[in-house]
Amino acid sequence: MAFIDLAKKEIQVKIVYYGPARSGKTTNLLYLYKAMSKNVAGKMVTIDTKGDRTLFFDFLPLNIGKIKDLSVRIQLYTVPGQVIYNATRKLVLKGVDGIVFVADSLRVQRQKNIESLMNLEENLRDYHIDINTCPLVLQYNKRDLLKANFPLLSIGELEEDLNARFKAPAFEASATVGFGVFETLREITKITIRSVARKLLG
Amino acid sequence: MDLILTEEKQTRISEIIDRELIKNGVEHVFLVDTAGNLIVEKGNYPLEDVLPLAALSAANFGATAEIARLVGEEDFTLLFHKGEKYNLHFTKVGDQFILVILFGKNVSLGLVRYKINKISDDLLNILMS
Repeated sequence: MAFIDLAKKEIQVKIVYYGPARSGKTTNLLYLYKAMSKNVAGKMVTIDTKGDRTLFFDFLPLNIGKIKDLSVRIQLYTVPGQVIYNATRKLVLKGVDGIVFVADSLRVQRQKNIESLMNLEENLRDYHIDINTCPLVLQYNKRDLLKANFPLLSIGELEEDLNARFKAPAFEASATVGFGVFETLREITKITIRSVARKLLG
Repeated sequence: MDLILTEEKQTRISEIIDRELIKNGVEHVFLVDTAGNLIVEKGNYPLEDVLPLAALSAANFGATAEIARLVGEEDFTLLFHKGEKYNLHFTKVGDQFILVILFGKNVSLGLVRYKINKISDDLLNILMS
């Protein structure tokens, strides 16, 4: 649910990082949190288990300056990737304005990526959101592992598995190293704000 | 449901919160939607702490709603956390909003609940108008 405060001239949007377990959703947020100045990134909240697996969600508020006359406040969330936590995933998706789907480039995770995307589509449908019209950006994470000779899916394979239908903007990334992280955020912010502004301000 | 809050609505809500709660010694009051967006906030807490509090409050309420369904209730309409120094009171306002009140020992729970009963309908009417 997007929110525009005309008194403060501020727009608030909610962007959720979705994807299979261990694909790097939390790592994306942590990278942004560490790389951004305190004027931009607020306090990050993580609710995880002892083994550093996300139990409920991570949350990072960003204040990224102005677009036209409105200050833009972005609330970034991650969902728990583990299959059993679907109720929690659904809860975090409530009121979502834009989605980053973080796919795991490891070849062994191919099916998990596809299942997670199907799960996203299903959960969105329960909120009457159509994945085809919702702002969406894909991120093919862990591309740095190519150098270490890990068997990775090619970009062509990932595109065919996950993006053939949507033709959404997609970025190669490594959330641990940091490349592609800002590009992903920049793109999802741009298309989400555009979609919200069109919806709310006409 | 998306929301546009005009300056006039923001002022009216802030006035009610100020008059009924802040002037009676409550530490901080904020209104969030169930998606975690901070709609209005007033009080002494720094904004950088209020933002995560807003997100966690919405999540807390969402999780509690699931618990309610599991025990055969449609929803729990209020939540209360008691601490050493501070207490937190969460109340559902309509279907979409949560009023969160942070207060210390100087304010009684009874007063907070009385004030909430008094103002929730007014807040909802302003938000939905």
